[in-house]
Amino acid sequence: MQVEKFYYDNKTVKWFAYAVLFWGIVGMLAGLWASIAFFYPGISLGLPATTFGRMRPVHTNAVIFAFVGNGIFMGVYYSLQRLCKTRMFSDTLSKIHFWGWQLIIVAGAITLWAGKTSGKEYAELEWPIDIAIAVVWIIFGINMFGTIIKRRESHIYVAIWFYIATWVTVAMLHIVNSIELPISFLKSYSVYAGVQDALVQWWYGHNAVAFFLTTPYLGLMYYFLPKAANRPIYSYRLSIIHFWALIFIYIWAGPHHLLYTALPDWAQSLGVVFSIMLIAPSWGGMLNGLFTLRGAWDKVREEPVLKFLVVAITCYGMATFEGPMLSLKSVNAISHFTDWTIAHVHVGALGWNGFLTFGVLYWLIPRMWNTPLYSKKLAGTHFWIGTIGIVLYVIPLYWAGFTQSMMWKNFTEEGQLKFQFLETVTHIIPMYISRSIGGTLYLAGAFIMLYNLVKTIAKGQFVANEAAEAAPLPKVITTHGKEYWHRWVERRPMKMLLFSLIAVMIGGIIEIIPTFLVKSNIPTISSVKPYTPLELHGRDIYVREGCYLCHSQMVRPFRDEVARYGEYSKAGEFVYDHPFQWGSKRTGPDLARVGGKYPDSWHYNHMMDPQSMSPGSIMPSYGWLLENNIDTAMTPNMIWAMQKLGVPYPEGYEKRANRDLERQADSIRTNLILDKLKTPHNKEILALIAYLQRLGKDIKSAPRAEMTKKENSESVLGN
Amino acid sequence: MKFIHYLEKISGVSIYGLSSFALFGIFFLVMLFWAIRADKNMIEEISRIPLDSKA
Repeated sequence: MQVEKFYYDNKTVKWFAYAVLFWGIVGMLAGLWASIAFFYPGISLGLPATTFGRMRPVHTNAVIFAFVGNGIFMGVYYSLQRLCKTRMFSDTLSKIHFWGWQLIIVAGAITLWAGKTSGKEYAELEWPIDIAIAVVWIIFGINMFGTIIKRRESHIYVAIWFYIATWVTVAMLHIVNSIELPISFLKSYSVYAGVQDALVQWWYGHNAVAFFLTTPYLGLMYYFLPKAANRPIYSYRLSIIHFWALIFIYIWAGPHHLLYTALPDWAQSLGVVFSIMLIAPSWGGMLNGLFTLRGAWDKVREEPVLKFLVVAITCYGMATFEGPMLSLKSVNAISHFTDWTIAHVHVGALGWNGFLTFGVLYWLIPRMWNTPLYSKKLAGTHFWIGTIGIVLYVIPLYWAGFTQSMMWKNFTEEGQLKFQFLETVTHIIPMYISRSIGGTLYLAGAFIMLYNLVKTIAKGQFVANEAAEAAPLPKVITTHGKEYWHRWVERRPMKMLLFSLIAVMIGGIIEIIPTFLVKSNIPTISSVKPYTPLELHGRDIYVREGCYLCHSQMVRPFRDEVARYGEYSKAGEFVYDHPFQWGSKRTGPDLARVGGKYPDSWHYNHMMDPQSMSPGSIMPSYGWLLENNIDTAMTPNMIWAMQKLGVPYPEGYEKRANRDLERQADSIRTNLILDKLKTPHNKEILALIAYLQRLGKDIKSAPRAEMTKKENSESVLGN
Repeated sequence: MKFIHYLEKISGVSIYGLSSFALFGIFFLVMLFWAIRADKNMIEEISRIPLDSKA
């Protein structure tokens, strides 16, 4: 058969590799900055953009979507061409994809620093950027499927399956979770409220981990590990089972982020069961990776690329064993809302994603520049510094999380809570310092890599278009033995897309739809009323400043939480919360019942100077809230949007809303004046105080019957 | 309002758990059956794809 000559496009891969290096360092720096805020709150510099509440989303978005995102594209653009024996479908689309993605990242960073956020973790970007992400993602899809369709290799290797599943699932998750009602150019409200919003968000959040941080990287593992070890994967059969079982099970596990919350119990249980089942395919994948190196461990000692890959796969195994354990209710009762979760995700982020990316970079760059790596020794140094960095990062945080949780749950013999919340925070500050040291080491390793790669690039000659040749795809494909249905699917990428979509949609549909349709899932509480216009503004400020990143609004039904915060949270309390603000981490105390706990003046002083009210607090000051004016011009739009989303404000209320707003603001001003605090009317602090004072108040006036329906003392769990 | 009562409130809630398990179980068994029975030469050929190109 006539062999065709063609060229692989290395230029796009090169650009993505540069982006990985650049954004990796930016993302890690942002993380380090945010981590320092835990023991040195002054690092916020008194500026809104540099407070933890804004640096944290910048860090997570930069690391997930910029560092890992570009890492995915770098690996996919390199491996897909070679696995399909063809150049990418369109150079123009590759270019649009690259620059579009970088533009999204820049716009994302700027808007997050500016406080423009939708308030949903890992999906913070506002609606115009959400649309841009969808467009660029579709361009990537066209380019990818175009390449698969024009391939010269009849089989579709398992790495490509992982790429296909990634593409289709991320598209679905992103679109469903980002449905929001815009009220201005950079502000929108989630169409879902409360419990439903939480379920959709964590279905998204969990599967963003699964399908953005895991499946594409497993695809990379299945390509780059055999390449680096120069031997095929241990068991290709296992990789098939790994793939289908993983994508099928993963999608169900989201509710394990919401254990003991107001989410319906049956949904929580489904989430737990599928999370436990996840161990099997995850470990199947890990063992498949590690067994590939059987009999080649001597190579691991010599080759830095393999070292990075081995630690990456091991960390994948650890994180995917720990994940199911954390989703057991009894373990989750301890780990949730603490630093344990942060340690867990960093085993994945630093170990699995970080090290796999580094391994791929060390492998790719010498090949694309046609020269050996500048220094294997430096790469070895990077490996050790990075590994020690991970250890110093995660172990103290595990300790911190466990310790803090135990302190929260500790009672004196007289039955009083033993520790104030703040004591449990100050107690673990040494762990936070160690975490930052670990992070600094990891970052230092990344700089060593940067130097090593720059030196490699300097001495090499870049091959922009790499010559290759292969026979075209024959019209009739010979098969071995009997044709099976899977073989039929496997040759048809669009069918593969469809089947992966069906596999991932089933879980979503069975879990999510009933929560939306079955009314009894969210028992209404008649005393829960919509927010006043001033409170609505306060809520927007709360979201803007990222308060939910340190404060939960979800009292779980535990003895210590009820004793510390008050009545545990009910699903019916959140029906007007667009978006929900349950949070996932308690660096500060829960705020679900903070309304009425302190006088207005306490909040005023606390926002101005948290340490004056709570000595030793690590909260940054929010002085600008005392200066900024409430954007009252937005009020009608906000009310209109809430009405559209089903919040029962009276008809035409948007026109009168600002009058009510002023009246309420004036009453707070009067309270402040009584405590000798003078503030001009219309300042943001008034709105925030109004919101905080409202939290948890409605339920206190609920008729006893609604609150105690089918309830008895057993519903609060002991520790 | 014990959380467990949610289960009682949805008529036939067990269908969600049962159907999801059944769906996955059947799917998984079919997959497993296929993977075990797949032709050895083909599996070998596919697993060598990444190593084919010199790059």
